[in-house]
Amino acid sequence: MELNMFMQHFINALGLGSLYGLIAIGYTMVYGILRLINFAHGDIFMLGAYFVFFATIQYKLPWALGLIIAVAGATLCGLLVDRIAYRPLRDAPRISALISAIGVSFFIENISIVIFSGMPRPVVQPPALMRAFSLGGVRLVPLGIMVPVISFVLVGALLWMVYRTKPGLAMRSISHDIETTRLMGVSVDRIIALTFAIGSALAAVAGVMWALRYPRVEPLMGIMPGFKAFIAAVFGGIGSIPGAMLGGISLGFVEIMSVAFFPDLSGFRDAFAFILLIAILLIKPTGLMGEKLEDKI
Amino acid sequence: MRKLLLAVFFCLFVVGAAFAADDAIKIGFYNCLTGQNAFGGQLELEGVQLAMEEFPEVLGKKVELVIVDNKSDKVEAANAVTRLIERDKVLAIIGTYASGLAIAGGEVAEVGRIPVVATSATNPLVTQGKKYTFRACFIDPLQGAGAAAYAYKELGFKKAAILVDVASDYGVGLANFFKQAFANLGGEIVSEVRYQSGDQDFTAQITEIISKNPDIVFLPAYFAEGAIVLKQAKELGATFRFMGGDAMDNPEMATLGGDAIEGFLYTGFAYAPDMPDMNPIAKKFTENWYKKYPGKDPNANAALGYDSYILIIDAITRAGSAEPEKIRDALEATKDVLTVTGTTTFDEDHNPQKDLGILQIKDGKKQFIGTIVP
Repeated sequence: MELNMFMQHFINALGLGSLYGLIAIGYTMVYGILRLINFAHGDIFMLGAYFVFFATIQYKLPWALGLIIAVAGATLCGLLVDRIAYRPLRDAPRISALISAIGVSFFIENISIVIFSGMPRPVVQPPALMRAFSLGGVRLVPLGIMVPVISFVLVGALLWMVYRTKPGLAMRSISHDIETTRLMGVSVDRIIALTFAIGSALAAVAGVMWALRYPRVEPLMGIMPGFKAFIAAVFGGIGSIPGAMLGGISLGFVEIMSVAFFPDLSGFRDAFAFILLIAILLIKPTGLMGEKLEDKI
Repeated sequence: MRKLLLAVFFCLFVVGAAFAADDAIKIGFYNCLTGQNAFGGQLELEGVQLAMEEFPEVLGKKVELVIVDNKSDKVEAANAVTRLIERDKVLAIIGTYASGLAIAGGEVAEVGRIPVVATSATNPLVTQGKKYTFRACFIDPLQGAGAAAYAYKELGFKKAAILVDVASDYGVGLANFFKQAFANLGGEIVSEVRYQSGDQDFTAQITEIISKNPDIVFLPAYFAEGAIVLKQAKELGATFRFMGGDAMDNPEMATLGGDAIEGFLYTGFAYAPDMPDMNPIAKKFTENWYKKYPGKDPNANAALGYDSYILIIDAITRAGSAEPEKIRDALEATKDVLTVTGTTTFDEDHNPQKDLGILQIKDGKKQFIGTIVP
């Protein structure tokens, strides 16, 4: 393979992978704290894309404002999901919350079909973001560079928040022991809500960038990226934020490079992603950067 | 609260039952009304509804259309047909867009012994070996050969690549027919790459194709994915042309694909609302369409929906009975029925012979180039 072709694939993979990573963070944060797989996360991502679609295409607002509306809207939805579907089950067996998560996911998907109609709708990309240029034989659009950059900046900010601020400390402490943290006077429910808010906001940003990159929105668009991001989270080590990003990027590379190097097997691209999941579960069940889970007493 | 709900349900039930008059002839309609292919399925439904307005009665009884959504999903397609047969007790069925869905639905109808007229499912397997399945459209060997002939002979393209959805019966079938025909003509297939329905990122596949430098890429996709592929190809700086099949004939192509679809070629049915010499029924269809849906252009799907309804009504009239078995026999004997997309006569595999058109997107609009005989 020629170098410029490889670089083209590299850029493609980085773009796709960083989006997976951004969605994966939502899974990983919620899991880290509640040991709950928030299946509705992919649907929050979809809602984010729809909010920006309505704001910019339907109501002709500028994209920056659309982004804010999408983030605010998705955050609100994430908070509502936590409040309505998960919080009442906080002390119930973990499986109840999991089933509730699946229920919420189906609910959001189907109500979206009713409200937005099931038709896929086109997203009009701002031309400034799509002005293509060549760099050493590699074809680039500004959006393709923005996506990974924004993703990394957001992850950096999130890591700072988790490791350098009080709420971040509370989050980490909840993930170790929820009861003791409560005894220390931390408002556990509020911190959990904050976790959902951050995860949903990141999903919304990913949704907006996804809608820009793959310019179409439909109510079921969150399912597959949601699954992939979940694989990414497990691959990177569920519960670990840098792990989620690393998992997302790795998955992006596996998907793109499998097509690049084995074009004959390109139909099995999704299979490669799932093989990756099975392999990591067999070889290193805690994922690349996951910590060993200790049973709680 | 529960009592109130029960009361509401009871009322709905009574009202529903009152509407469903006993002596109506029930025809089922299942199609993609939501999901990936919704724009195609909706147009077919609108075509059927238009035909129904013109022919609301048959054998002196009112026709009732039972509409079920298959969500562009194979499992849902089978469920939809089961529902139509077992719960709604329909006598004949119209549907669906997408061959994979029509195959899934057809299997169920075969067991339930209810005749089906598939609207735009072009894969040969839809009717092959089936006793109860018919179709209003032509089949893919014709399309594949026509596309290859046009690309090779008319445009002089010698190197082709193929980008195909492995999860789509339509795509895989059509890609193979194109591949065979193109190779037989002496052309070379330089690359064949695949993706899966629901994929949204095609950058890897397109980059791979660009590295092989073909003259033309055959893309037997459905419009919703196809438009995104064209968009990403433009973004990646692809200079080759794309060619597709009848499933790319959809007004939404332009809204989804923007200026990236310029120059896109595809094979399709010999019907376009602005084509010059139309047969009388096509003329009537076009006029009535604009009356019922002003400001919206009809396409081949709308025409095929219309045709499917006409074929069933014609069969019921000739059978003089609305028993499924009799409708089936009459459908099998369909001969020279004038329909929007040409005259329909079923061969032994229940497929009609129809003209194949070549279309092109020019200045953002579809342009009917002409018909082609491969």
